[in-house]
Amino acid sequence: MTAQTEWLIKGLRPLGNDPVDLHVKDGVIAAIGQDLVLDNDIQTLDATGLVGLPGLVDLHTHLREPGREDAETIETGSRAAALGGYTAVHAMANTDPVADTAGVVEQVWNIGRHVGLVDVIPVGAVTTGLKGERLAELGAMADSAARVRVFSDDGICVGDPGLMRRALEYVKAFDGVIAQHAEDARLTGGAQMNEGVLSGKLGLAGWPSVAEESIIARDCLLAQHVGSRLHVCHVSTAGSVELIRWAKSKGINVTAEVTPHHLLLTEDLAESYDPVYKVNPPLRRGEDVDALREALRDGTIDIIATDHAPHAVEDKECEWAYARPGMVGLEQALSIAIMTLSDGNGAVDWESIARVTSIDPARIGQLTEHGQGLMTGAPASFVLVDPAQSQTVDPARLASKGRNTPYAGLELPGKVVATFLRGTPTVLDGKVTK
Amino acid sequence: MTHLLSAADLSPEQAVEVLDTAEQIENSLAGREIKKLPTLRGRTVVNLFYEDSTRTRISFELAAKRLSADVINFSAKGSSVTKGESLKDTALTLQAMGADAVVIRHSASGSPHRLAQWVEGSVVNAGDGTHEHPTQALLDAFTMRKRTGRGPGDDLAGLNVTIVGDVLHSRVARSNVLLLDTLGANVTLVAPPTLLPVGTESWPVKVSYDLDAALPKSDVVMMLRVQRERMNASFFPTEREYSRRYGLDMARVGALGPDAIVMHPGPMNRGMEIASDVADSARSTIVEQVANGVSVRMAVLYLLLGGKA
Repeated sequence: MTAQTEWLIKGLRPLGNDPVDLHVKDGVIAAIGQDLVLDNDIQTLDATGLVGLPGLVDLHTHLREPGREDAETIETGSRAAALGGYTAVHAMANTDPVADTAGVVEQVWNIGRHVGLVDVIPVGAVTTGLKGERLAELGAMADSAARVRVFSDDGICVGDPGLMRRALEYVKAFDGVIAQHAEDARLTGGAQMNEGVLSGKLGLAGWPSVAEESIIARDCLLAQHVGSRLHVCHVSTAGSVELIRWAKSKGINVTAEVTPHHLLLTEDLAESYDPVYKVNPPLRRGEDVDALREALRDGTIDIIATDHAPHAVEDKECEWAYARPGMVGLEQALSIAIMTLSDGNGAVDWESIARVTSIDPARIGQLTEHGQGLMTGAPASFVLVDPAQSQTVDPARLASKGRNTPYAGLELPGKVVATFLRGTPTVLDGKVTK
Repeated sequence: MTHLLSAADLSPEQAVEVLDTAEQIENSLAGREIKKLPTLRGRTVVNLFYEDSTRTRISFELAAKRLSADVINFSAKGSSVTKGESLKDTALTLQAMGADAVVIRHSASGSPHRLAQWVEGSVVNAGDGTHEHPTQALLDAFTMRKRTGRGPGDDLAGLNVTIVGDVLHSRVARSNVLLLDTLGANVTLVAPPTLLPVGTESWPVKVSYDLDAALPKSDVVMMLRVQRERMNASFFPTEREYSRRYGLDMARVGALGPDAIVMHPGPMNRGMEIASDVADSARSTIVEQVANGVSVRMAVLYLLLGGKA
């Protein structure tokens, strides 16, 4: 898609640095400089005080289409993503039908292209129907118009070690990556929340940390054995962090993501029995949150991924045990990155934010048109953030169809003022442009 | 107090007040030909049972009727989801019908807490999943108080209570631990490690895997039902081994002090966690517990609703 518009963006601060002007033309950043003066009469955006970041890339989004369009559509999810500062999202495969063929991934990719607010990159299922029995047509999905590079049965762990080994080996042919939902289901039968003192008190079956950690340990060893790329979805425990740190120290090609909610929220919220706090993997202890934040800062965990999981109201306004797990997160993720990557004095580490929300997710997902930073010649896909503003989360005002946000009523720092996708604004003045 | 969702909702004073009220009610009905008080005339109590429990439902129904309340039994067997109507919609319906109190039994832990967010009337937890069953704990405490010679105004300070069996899945055990601690009793949990919840080390209890060691120090032994569906889930090797290690037979009863009592919330697996001769012995309070349940539930309904007339 080529942008037809040309923009002069005045006074933005790239990664929080000194103000510059940006000339956007033909979908790329044509020039960056001080006090740019252009001859022709082009559209100008005053970005004084705004921080410029490369467009955010989410490696882990649930868009529910096809199959559960009542919960989210590619269009509503795209609107939420654009408002959150995203220019690309990876749409998870657990749709209905499952995205396990070239046909389905191309359908998702095409709808995303038609909506045109973010690049919707389908994630292909690792196994047919997410059943964990035999490999899906990974190569066909990789060769399709959608150019799938990330494969995941997310929501379900690829439990069979032999199958996981084969998947890791097979995707080497096209430099794909297996994104694993690390959960040994034999240890989490009936689980409703983190296993611990609180689960015992609340009478909710526990999801023990070891169910995640044992799979991560196994998969890291498998990735080492076959020399392939492994990506660990939504890491949630301090023990997992230690395992990934160890694996990286051994040179194993593993990357990892953490969700905004696991960076901010703890299991204590389950005490309300309000299923808005029910998520898989579950919210953990304060010690885990501290370890995850530290791991994000030191690079052990590579990226923030939203695990945006919209649900219909009736799937959450019910008993905890019957509620579907998941939270929405596309519109709040950047704020939580700001909270997590600020020092005690309020100074924000914008370089790290760019790394964990854009540059590294694009690298893991093999997206060449995203995560390149703000530089001359790069695709003009970026976001302008006002760090002085905040957003009080009102579920009724979310662009996502999902109202299942755990942040209702919270005031979160930072506001996305504008998002550009290849030179075309998808968000201006905090509103979606179409 | 608006609701009774957890035994932890009760302060020591409130807990004793419930027991005292139950005793007053029991005394005022004793010898009456018509066992009925006009206290809740004109009030509506709904028994909302999503899970089978004849014993508890009848107990609550009788309690409400003896207080002259209008009683509606709403049996919603199976999950609200599979029935098609959500718990919230049911709650709104009850609200529209003017229910003053909803007694809810549900297989999902926390359901009464959710319901309490959607209705204006009082919610009484009649057992939620593997979480709590606070009126069972109250009737157990009432039974203990009576059988150990205590009376109005008394708590259970210093009483040694041993709770034996499947603590992991027992709402009765959770509520009893909380209430007995509130009332000053010393609680010991005895179970195989697989049937103890994670985190019991932080509970106000002692934990033992050895029933024989715990019995001589017990004033009260409360046996928990082993649910049949647990028996094939590797929580213990065989029914026989469980019974040998954690079952209460007459030989083990012999290790108890002369005044010690044996309790069971019912229904029992005779021959499994408790031998028949123990269940039917003079030490057993099992039948009394059932009778006391009505008085205690009358007290709870009275205290929740009586003041609002």
